Amino acid sequence: MKSLDAEALCRQLADQLRPHVTPATALVGIYTGGLWLAERLHAELGIAQPLGAIDVSFYRDDYGSKGLHASPQKTAIPFNVDGAHVILVDDVLYTGRTTRAALNELFDFGRPGVVELAVLVDRGSRELPVAARYCAHTLSEALPREQNLELQRDDAGQFTLKLTERA
Amino acid sequence: MRHPQLNQHGELQHLLTLDGLPRDILTAILDTAAPFTEVAEREVKKLPLLRGKSVFNLFFENSTRTRTTFEIAAKRLSADVVNLNINTSSAAKGESLLDTVDNLCAMQADMFVVRHAASGAPMLIAQHLHNTGRDHIRVVNAGDGRHAHPTQGLLDMYTIRHFKQDFSNLTVAIVGDVLHSRVARSQIAALTTLGVPEVRVIGPRTLLPTAVDKLGVRVFHDMREGLKGVDVVMMLRLQNERMNGALLPTPQEYYKIWGLTAEKLALAKPDAIVMHPGPMNRGVEIDSAVADGAQAVILPQVTFGIAVRMAVMSMLGSH
Repeated sequence: MKSLDAEALCRQLADQLRPHVTPATALVGIYTGGLWLAERLHAELGIAQPLGAIDVSFYRDDYGSKGLHASPQKTAIPFNVDGAHVILVDDVLYTGRTTRAALNELFDFGRPGVVELAVLVDRGSRELPVAARYCAHTLSEALPREQNLELQRDDAGQFTLKLTERA
Repeated sequence: MRHPQLNQHGELQHLLTLDGLPRDILTAILDTAAPFTEVAEREVKKLPLLRGKSVFNLFFENSTRTRTTFEIAAKRLSADVVNLNINTSSAAKGESLLDTVDNLCAMQADMFVVRHAASGAPMLIAQHLHNTGRDHIRVVNAGDGRHAHPTQGLLDMYTIRHFKQDFSNLTVAIVGDVLHSRVARSQIAALTTLGVPEVRVIGPRTLLPTAVDKLGVRVFHDMREGLKGVDVVMMLRLQNERMNGALLPTPQEYYKIWGLTAEKLALAKPDAIVMHPGPMNRGVEIDSAVADGAQAVILPQVTFGIAVRMAVMSMLGSH
């Protein structure tokens, strides 16, 4: 995989989103990388609705086998979900299971009008019928299972994409 | 020997006592409880973690608050909850505790929440489950005799952390009938494990265990002396139902010496919080003006209790 410029991809994603943002549009970031990205987009696009955050720990489908994720964070949806135009934001789209969990959680707050998905990178290997409407980069070849791709943020707030081997 | 409530990986398998529970597990439970507090504000107050699991509330002793909050916690985690009112069940007809457990296991129980007048009953059940090859079934102690009430101790720690942020510079006083109190034992274990530098125990000699100072606490027999400069006042209920013989004068006299009044509370720090595990005896261990006053956090304790019990059950419920 050639190295990816996370900052450039973030600008591209903002450009894709800009024409579709209305005063009613709300962003919800998925912990942790997706929330960093959503914070950036929220400021850059001048989103009027307050930013939402979802931690999918309580909705994961591997809880039975893997147990509860360590130190889950508070989910916060500070706007009225009923009828809302919601864009879920995540750093990397992979199996689609995180998106499924986030959708289930979102619907426990109300019935949104439209939900869309925005991601920085699509790494392939989908296991559920999930697609991102906004995606800055799709890998030409799916990453192998033993590799992990995630967004990192340094102390200055700069984004990088980090590829690691799974332990 | 490993702690019987931990599995071979050092993870929590049952919750039986806070005594000897490692600090990182205690802290992990408190950290996990925090996001559960938010669920109560949702339109759908339910999470799918224990979907399809059966939780049996096995209460051999009366309880309103604990049984109800365990039930709410299990239901908010989507478990099926069965409440057994033992007074009207087979135990009243002579069935043994372990026969009751075996029968409920035959009904595919996944978790037992146990309250019993005998210290060690939840441990006995956990050992029985292990000896009969049923390690997948979890046991949560909801109060056994004078021994332990771990989820009460945990929700008290959650409450202290919520209002005081940090344990490392606190002075905490536990006041009243420590002798009969499983709550006090769990509180002392948790406070010392979490690094509270000074834990005080305040009460009459007849209501303090003989070697209470061995638990690492400072003992006071003068309430005014003991309350000076404390950050947290944890009141205990006077447990008349557990007393045999004349340990006490009249409730009125007890109130005069050991009841928490505004005048006595003024000796604590101005921002001290007042806690009580409930049920309260107003006018015995606590004055109504204090119980309903600005420093009381007694009702937040109840609300936090739900989140803490959700955290415990969800940490036990997987594997």
